[in-house]
Amino acid sequence: MSLLSLQRRMARAVMAPLTPSERMRRVAPNGRPMRAFAGQFIKPNDRLTSFERLEIYNRQYWFRVLSCLNEDFPGLRAVLGDRGFEKMAKAYLTDCPSRSFTLRDLGSRLEGWLRKHSRWAGSRLALALDMVRVEWADIEAFDEQAEPPLLPEDVAKGGGLDLHLRLQPYVRVLALRYPVDDLLLEVKHEENSYFASNAFSERRKRKRVQAVARLKPSEVFLAVHRVDDSVYFRRLEREEFGLLNAIRKGKTLHQAIESGFRRSKIPVAERPARVEAWFRTWATLGWFCRHDTIPQKP
Amino acid sequence: MPANCFNGFTEYGVGIGLRAPHYQHILTRKPVVDWFEIISENFMIGGGRPLHILDQILEQYRVVQHGVSMYFGSAERLNREHLRRLKELVKRTKTPWLSDHLCWGSVDGRYTHDLLPMPYTFEAAKTTAQKIREVRDFLEVPVVVENVSSYAEFHVSEMTEWEFLREVVERADCGILLDVNNIYVSSRNHNFDPLAYVNAVPSERVAQIHIAGHSKYQKYILDTHDHPVIDPVWRLYARAIERVGHTATLLEWDDRIPSFREVHDEALKANRFLASATLAAAG
Repeated sequence: MSLLSLQRRMARAVMAPLTPSERMRRVAPNGRPMRAFAGQFIKPNDRLTSFERLEIYNRQYWFRVLSCLNEDFPGLRAVLGDRGFEKMAKAYLTDCPSRSFTLRDLGSRLEGWLRKHSRWAGSRLALALDMVRVEWADIEAFDEQAEPPLLPEDVAKGGGLDLHLRLQPYVRVLALRYPVDDLLLEVKHEENSYFASNAFSERRKRKRVQAVARLKPSEVFLAVHRVDDSVYFRRLEREEFGLLNAIRKGKTLHQAIESGFRRSKIPVAERPARVEAWFRTWATLGWFCRHDTIPQKP
Repeated sequence: MPANCFNGFTEYGVGIGLRAPHYQHILTRKPVVDWFEIISENFMIGGGRPLHILDQILEQYRVVQHGVSMYFGSAERLNREHLRRLKELVKRTKTPWLSDHLCWGSVDGRYTHDLLPMPYTFEAAKTTAQKIREVRDFLEVPVVVENVSSYAEFHVSEMTEWEFLREVVERADCGILLDVNNIYVSSRNHNFDPLAYVNAVPSERVAQIHIAGHSKYQKYILDTHDHPVIDPVWRLYARAIERVGHTATLLEWDDRIPSFREVHDEALKANRFLASATLAAAG
C-alpha cells in the first residue's frame, strides 16, 4: 500500500462521524465492516484490536473539532440550544472538514453552509445566520492585520470627493435582522462568570433560552472592530452602514455618500454635518488606511 | 559547549511553552526563564492581541518556534500559504531553529489537526525527508523533527520507529527534537523498550528535548500534556542527556494548565540532569 493510499484510507476513517454514543461506526466509509477495514492496515496488539486503535484517533478528531467550534460559536449554541448545536456542528464538519492548517478557520464556511442547510436552524434560521456572521466577524476582527491608519487630518485633506478610502482589514460592517450583538455579549458574559456547579449551569441554560426567546426582529447595523487588541461592537446608523459598505466595495467618497443617503430620512440640510461627524469618529478609531492592495472582505 | 549545528549552535537551558493563561504573569512579573517555545500556528495571523503579546515577550525573552501542522509526513505537497506565513513569523521571532512533528495529518487538502503516525517504510522516509529539506531551504533556519506519541502501528512498516527516525533525519540531514514522554507513551502502547529507543537515537543530531506528562487509560496511554512528568520519563530524560550532553529542554503543559510557578518549577527539575551532563563533559 502506498503512502498516499494508506493516508487516504486512514483519514476517511478518522474523519467519519461517530455513533450517537461517541464510538466509531461499525461500517467503514467504503460500506464494508469497519473491523475488516481497520484490520487491513492497522496492526492489533495484545490489548487493542485494529478497530479499537483506529477508534482512538476517530474519537480524538471529533472531540477536537467539536470543542473548537463550541468555543468559537457560543452565541450560535445559545440560539440553537446545546443539542441542536451539536447536531448542526457534526453535520457541518462532516460536509466541510477543515481545509486550513489552522483551527482558527474551522468556522469560515459555516454561514454559507447553514444558508444551504437551513433545516439545522429550523424556525430560527435568520437569527442563527445573523449570529454566525457576528461571531465570524468577531474572530476576524480579533486577529486580522492592521495597516497604518489614516489620521483625521489625512482624511480631511485627502483627494476630495474622488478620494478612494480603504477600511482596515479588521473592520467588518454588517446589516442584521436581529440585535444579536446584545445577545452575544450576554452569552459571553455568562460564559465568563461560569463556575462548575450543576445548579448554576441549569440556571445559565434557562437564562440563555429566555434571552433567545425574547429577542425580537429589529434591523441593526453593526461594525465589528478592534481597539487596543480588544474586539468591540459599534452600532451604526443605516446611512453610516451604507456609506462604509460602499467604501469597502471600492467606491469613491462621492459615490459612497450617495449610496449611504439613498432613501434616507435625514434632512438634506443636516447631512454634511452628519457625514463630517461620522468621518471624524471613524478616522479617530483608525478605521481607514492608505494601503490600496488590501483585498476587502464583507 | 554549544549543543550542535542543528539548533543553530545555541546553548539554551530549560524553557517552557508560552501559553495564554500565563501571559499576564510573564508580562507583569517578568520571571527569569531561559526561553519560551511558542506554537507557531497561534501566531501566524495578521495582527491583534496574540502578536502584540508576542512582541512584548520577544523584547525580553528568547523564543523558539514549534509547529503542529507542517505534516512533513503527508504524501501531499507542502502548503505554500502555510510556508509563506511561517516565514513571516520566523523573521519576526528570529527563532534559532524551528521544530515540527514527524507525522502526517492532512490528505487531499483536508486537515485532521492531529499528529497521525507514520508507516515506517522507506517510501515514507524518502518523501518526509524531501519535504523537510524543502521547508528548511525555504525558511532558511535549521529544522528539527519531533517523534510523536502513537496509538496505532501499520502492517506495512518495514522498520522500528527509531530506525525510521534515523532514516529520515539522515536523508534530510536535519536535527531531532527528542520527546522522551512520547517515547514512553508509545513504548507502553506498542510494547517496546523505551531505553532501546533512546539508545538508538543518533545523539549528534538531538537539538532539543521535550518532557511532558500524560494520562493513563485502562488499555493505553494518551499524550495529554496535563500532568507533571513521571519518574520513568525523567529516567529516560537522564539517559538522553547522558548520551547527548547539555541540550535545550522544554516542558510542555497544554491542558488543565496550573500556575506559571508550578509549570516552571516542574520544568526546572531538568536542571539537575543538565548539571550532571555539564560536570561529566568538564571532567
